Amino acid sequence: MKKVSVSFTLNGDPVTAEVPVTWTLLKTLRETFEFTGAKEGCGVGECGACTVIVNGNAVNSCIFPIAEIEGKSVVTVEGIADKDGNLHPLQQAFLENNGVQCGFCTSGMIMSAKALLDNNPNPTEDEIRTSIAGNLCRCTGYVQIVEAIKMAAKK
Amino acid sequence: MSDHLFVGKSIPRTIETDKVTGRAVYIDDFKRPGMLYGKILYSDYAHARIKRIDTGKAEKLPGVRAVLTGKDIPDVRVGFLKDQTVLKKDVVRQFRDEVAAVAAISLEIAQEAIDLIEVEYEELPAVFDPVEAMKEGAPLVHEVDARGKPVRTNILPLPWKFQAGDIEQGLKESAFTVKDNVSTTWVNQCCMGTSGCIAEFDMNKNLTLYNQTNVIFGDKGRISEYFSQIGLKGKKIRVINPIVGGSFGTKLDTDIYEFICIQLALNTGRPVKILFDREEEFRALPPRQPARFTIEQGCDSEGRLTFRKIEAILDNGAYTSWGATTPSVMMMPVSSLYRVPNIYYQATCVYTNNIYCQAMRGYGNPQASFAVETSMDTLAEKAGIDPAEFRMINRNRPGDLTPMRLKITSCGLEECIESVKESIGWGEKKGKKNGRGVGMASLIHVAGGARVTLSDGHGIMVKVDENGFVDVIESGTDQGQGSPTVISQIVAESLGFRPEDVSVIFGDTALSLWDAGTHASRHTFMAGNAAIRACEKAKKQILEMAADYMPQLIKSGFKKMMKKNPEFVEPELDYSLISDPANLDIRDRMVFLKRDPSHPHFNMEVSQILRRGLHVGTGESRVVAAEAFYDPPTETLDRELKGNLSMTYAFGTTGVEVEVDRETGEVKILKLVAAHDVGKAMNPTLLLGQVYGAVYTGVGYGLTEEIKLEKGRVMNPNFLDYKMLTAMDVIPIEPVIVEPGDEDGPYGAKGVGEPGLVPTAPAIANAIYDAIGVRIRDLPITPEKVLEAIKNSK
Repeated sequence: MKKVSVSFTLNGDPVTAEVPVTWTLLKTLRETFEFTGAKEGCGVGECGACTVIVNGNAVNSCIFPIAEIEGKSVVTVEGIADKDGNLHPLQQAFLENNGVQCGFCTSGMIMSAKALLDNNPNPTEDEIRTSIAGNLCRCTGYVQIVEAIKMAAKK
Repeated sequence: MSDHLFVGKSIPRTIETDKVTGRAVYIDDFKRPGMLYGKILYSDYAHARIKRIDTGKAEKLPGVRAVLTGKDIPDVRVGFLKDQTVLKKDVVRQFRDEVAAVAAISLEIAQEAIDLIEVEYEELPAVFDPVEAMKEGAPLVHEVDARGKPVRTNILPLPWKFQAGDIEQGLKESAFTVKDNVSTTWVNQCCMGTSGCIAEFDMNKNLTLYNQTNVIFGDKGRISEYFSQIGLKGKKIRVINPIVGGSFGTKLDTDIYEFICIQLALNTGRPVKILFDREEEFRALPPRQPARFTIEQGCDSEGRLTFRKIEAILDNGAYTSWGATTPSVMMMPVSSLYRVPNIYYQATCVYTNNIYCQAMRGYGNPQASFAVETSMDTLAEKAGIDPAEFRMINRNRPGDLTPMRLKITSCGLEECIESVKESIGWGEKKGKKNGRGVGMASLIHVAGGARVTLSDGHGIMVKVDENGFVDVIESGTDQGQGSPTVISQIVAESLGFRPEDVSVIFGDTALSLWDAGTHASRHTFMAGNAAIRACEKAKKQILEMAADYMPQLIKSGFKKMMKKNPEFVEPELDYSLISDPANLDIRDRMVFLKRDPSHPHFNMEVSQILRRGLHVGTGESRVVAAEAFYDPPTETLDRELKGNLSMTYAFGTTGVEVEVDRETGEVKILKLVAAHDVGKAMNPTLLLGQVYGAVYTGVGYGLTEEIKLEKGRVMNPNFLDYKMLTAMDVIPIEPVIVEPGDEDGPYGAKGVGEPGLVPTAPAIANAIYDAIGVRIRDLPITPEKVLEAIKNSK
């Protein structure tokens, strides 16, 4: 199978991967780098469980062709706690406010919310909901997720 | 005001940091050395004879380790009625029928191999409508039963029939009666984590199954039965849960893919993983059971219900899983939601060539409650009574014995109805028919276990180490409901420790005692009760140790102080007081004298005692470890399908205010009040999470969700076409937590996992009627149906 070599920044580290050209960013993150926080919930960009941040924007990594990652910066849920291991305010808020139940959508939710807060530290509820519109959750009814993001925004 | 330190408090679920840092290991993330990937080939027809399967090309594909068809594995029947085999070799009866399976070194190769398998079918006549399927001459879905005896009908040999009182008498006493036809459809559970498992045999053919089941011992039991028929009798089975990405009923039965995974692992001698993709999750996972009801009810001139008669037809699909037992749960609202003296209920499950069904949050309750609660409104209107008042007249009350012999102990239904009326603004908003309207519906559900198997027990083990840490080995499954936190709260409270001292381990048949499963909203009630009992024993052991060692530890403390400070005078103390464990207790990590909790000297950190007393040498060594198996004194249903199957029952009322756009048929929920009698909230924040989530799924059930089947084929197997609610669907939910306390619940708690879903759809339907005067009795209530109903009403 034809392979492609890509170099990019992953959670602050320079990395290189040589993977089949058909692979997605999600598959590369999970298989090559064993960052399994991003999940495949649908594989076609409809559920958001695979959301990671690429150059500041939340993307569905399950439909992101790996060749397009060359030179870009990728941040996953594994890379947002600080160097001392303290949780990111969003991670803390999701726990404190019961924004997590089964947890399968959580990585994606947090990354969508992070992309929002990085660009807009004081979002309205409408902006928060829009930012996670592509992240499906069956457990929470989104209520405590939205509250958690509001809580994190205040920090 | 209770003096509890931890139960009843919104302790955050900070134990679960793995879920916010990407470290939690779901089945998706789980790998075993040498693991192969399994894929399944499904049928191309709803009903067909398999003429030929050619696996030659697939077998030759490099990287393929096994290709199995029905001819390669023992011809063993599995399932609730033993009406199917693992791989189908002669006839397929639904599109999801498993025809062949592959194990390969990568998922891509497994998929490629699946695509290379050639199957030739001869299509057979099929039937997709349960009413059609009941008619004489309809194509038979099954020609023989589990024993090989010829079958003449598509009606399942599961007669659900319940009678109490005298319907004729009830009819005579009625001043008003109504009769309606109501129907509900298939919906998918939509777990965000898809189905999957890993099967691994050791060299002695003992099996470890990493599986998402929420009934680990039931799963083990079914596999054990299967083993005994495929020549593996006596081989050991261990079922282990990974982190479970949602459950909602899907993990109740042992699904066919699990047996296939086991067969592939057995055949290859390698661990094999099967993981569904989303399309498979929609096409090949049993959804919620659809049902059609004919409901008749009557009331007297005072508005008191006189009778309720319900006949239900359930589309079973081609095989039988737990869906066919949903009528038993439907019976609960049918017989026992509100006081009704005379009941007739019959449910018929019918084989069709549609997808077969199983459980989903609420089991059969949402279906039956949709029938009962929409009919309550039509009857109230006919009787000229306000629907809220009508419900109040007929409400269940503490101490009631229902026609099904359910013993109602705690019951906060009155308060739930009242709070909904108040919060939704019932008085001023009802009956305007101006495009805005309000509606309500109530629920009853099991909330103290559900005795559907011989035992409804839950086993738990508690052990305490020398540093004062508590390990709890639970027999349930953590499917996201928050139990790691809630159980640690209950253990901390009853043992006298703190929640952060407690670690809870879930989901391993080798480690834990038995459990009937994490279903039926039973986990907090059962595990909580078991935990309290185990902690009582463990605490006794600690207090015995304290009585043995506290006097000398205190004395040696005095000696140390004297060494430091020669002027220190050792106080005269009556050590006999603390030499009797009956005088001692533990709270917030401190052992203290019960009669004088603030005694200046008879107070000691429990870990100090544990360090002195645990495994300290020959003859003196001991451990603190205790187990409890809580199996409540409930009843299985008798021949008449009566019996008190749960220790207690949950009640609740949902009120909804809607705005209906007459031009587009869109229904907007302006406000939703969900009042729930939860006994006692163990953790209010986590409890609200259960309510919010259930309400959202209930709104989806009411308005948007529907698996579209066309001649048995799922036409919308993706999230674009299957309309689950998103964060953009803003539903202003106002939860009301009613806490009457339950005498049998752990610290008064009752189950709450399912109830929020149950009354949501009928409350919406009732509100729509109030808004625009048209009644839609077929779920989901889509804009098309609203427009159609408006058109027909003109």
